[in-house]
Amino acid sequence: MTASKNNTCKLEACVTQGSTCFQLVACHLRASSASPARRERSLRYLKTYGKRKVKMNFYIELVKGLWKENPIFRLMLGMCPTLAVTTSLQNGLGMGVATLFVLIGSNIVISMLRNVIPDKVRIPCYIVVIATFVTVIDLCMAAFTPELHKSLGIFIPLIVVNCIILGRAEAFASKNRVFVSIADAIGMGLGFTLSLAILGSLREVLGAGTITLWGSGLQVKTFLSKNPAVLLLLPPGGFMSLGLILGFINYMQDLKAKRLGKTYEPPVLNGCRHCIIACGQSTKPKEDK
Amino acid sequence: MSEEQLYSVSSSPHVHSGASIHGIMRDVVIAMVPTFIAAIIFFGLNALILTATCVISCVFFEYLSRRIMKRNNTINDLSAVITGVLLAFNLPPTFPIWMAVVGSFVAIVIAKQLFGGLGYNPFNPALAGRLFLFLSFAFAMSGDWTPWSYINTENIVATTSATPLGMLQESTGSIAFLSNNSNIMNMFLGKVNGCIGEVSALALILGGLYLLWRKVITWHIPVAYIGTVAVFATILYMIDPSTNASPLFHLFSGGLMLGAIFMATDMVTSPTDRSGMLVFGIGCGLLTMIIRKWGAYPEGVSFSIFIMNATTPLINRVCKPRVFGVKGKA
Repeated sequence: MTASKNNTCKLEACVTQGSTCFQLVACHLRASSASPARRERSLRYLKTYGKRKVKMNFYIELVKGLWKENPIFRLMLGMCPTLAVTTSLQNGLGMGVATLFVLIGSNIVISMLRNVIPDKVRIPCYIVVIATFVTVIDLCMAAFTPELHKSLGIFIPLIVVNCIILGRAEAFASKNRVFVSIADAIGMGLGFTLSLAILGSLREVLGAGTITLWGSGLQVKTFLSKNPAVLLLLPPGGFMSLGLILGFINYMQDLKAKRLGKTYEPPVLNGCRHCIIACGQSTKPKEDK
Repeated sequence: MSEEQLYSVSSSPHVHSGASIHGIMRDVVIAMVPTFIAAIIFFGLNALILTATCVISCVFFEYLSRRIMKRNNTINDLSAVITGVLLAFNLPPTFPIWMAVVGSFVAIVIAKQLFGGLGYNPFNPALAGRLFLFLSFAFAMSGDWTPWSYINTENIVATTSATPLGMLQESTGSIAFLSNNSNIMNMFLGKVNGCIGEVSALALILGGLYLLWRKVITWHIPVAYIGTVAVFATILYMIDPSTNASPLFHLFSGGLMLGAIFMATDMVTSPTDRSGMLVFGIGCGLLTMIIRKWGAYPEGVSFSIFIMNATTPLINRVCKPRVFGVKGKA
């Protein structure tokens, strides 16, 4: 009796935690040995949430990368390109889009091959896949946007070892289906682009007094262009502006939590999908506090 | 047991020595008065306006940031005033006012209050402000050196000339004229180009002696710092007098005196133990001379103190002060 009760609880927990449709079905099958009443209840859950779940999952995975699990401001991944290339809005956007392309490509391929790649050599396999897409975008940028390619320089080939891409491959694409992996890649890539753009425009406005979007063709000069604070373009300026933005975000979240009358707690990662340690805890329901 | 307890501490009340943050900071302000007077003599109204701007904006930013962070108000301990004065001393006389305000903002808000306020800042706030301005507005920070005493003469052409160290950096021919006696004397008194508070070595030394007498600072850091520079410069001078300036030139030029007496001795950002202070001073001296001799910039005092500030926790870890009342190494 207690076992079946647990199973139904599991199902409810799965629904509220945003699990995939697969997990829901599995939970339902496990709960089916329970009493008819509970079985009916779990079936009702499945009918209500099952179809909606697929659409919702795509949306959830897409949106989470934008802000809640933003790779730079929240996960603190990919600091090397972040600090190095955000000397202008244009560079930040270029880097972000290049990473977005590689991320989508690598997530699709790795997700498709996730049952083929042997566990022991998975990292080299990921690197080969990622390097393929990086070569594609490298050559494309050299051909179509030679100026941007020149100013980003070594950091384009270095996308291969960008920890956001490797991290998503390891933590997400290798465990999830292609469909949600695409959503994850788009979300994370856009989040990365967004934060690079924020950082890049801040540093460019203060450090050069301009906003550049398309070479010198679309360049707006601000009041600072006569006496820009050049330090913001130098490495210490990168660290300073990133630190200030992170501090500001934390401060605002603290403030928001206080207004609701709570103390701020960092967001719990969505389920166990992002954890690379396969401890088997993911199917256990969360204990109430 | 190598430790032996000599004194036992009774329970309170204890006798208070009377030292307070406010008292110490007041002494430092008093010690900076000669330099301030010298600055006004040599640079006139500009020095006064710059100093006033920096002090007012520093105190204002201190008040504002403490208010926003909901911490208790600390503008009464005068530390913001000192930061403002020191920052102003590190600026050239024709520096734009709004840039000075930006420097004060960086010094107080970013370098001090964001780290937790007085006592928690890893770097000297005034130095952080100066370096921010120096690296950001390089032209304004090294552009027009215009001593007031030169404006009053008819020789206007000579008003924007380089600082002594700038001349040393840029010179390609003989530099013997830099080391002659009248030039050294001018540098000692302050009749040279430079930042408003760094030109007069005499006034700075007076202030330093006052601080020593009031026991606000100990001799270790200034003596180790200046001594290292002197030794280093002497060795260079003995190797090749034609390309290296004399040791006296190095002692009285640039911000060495200001840095050694007022900035390196900052209690928060320098080691606590005497032996640690010696290490700190020697490190500052070595870095200063290395930057002056081989670096891209003519002056290295602010960089060297800033770098040594970063090593202070490490020095503190090695050089621990002896615990009062305990015999032997504690």
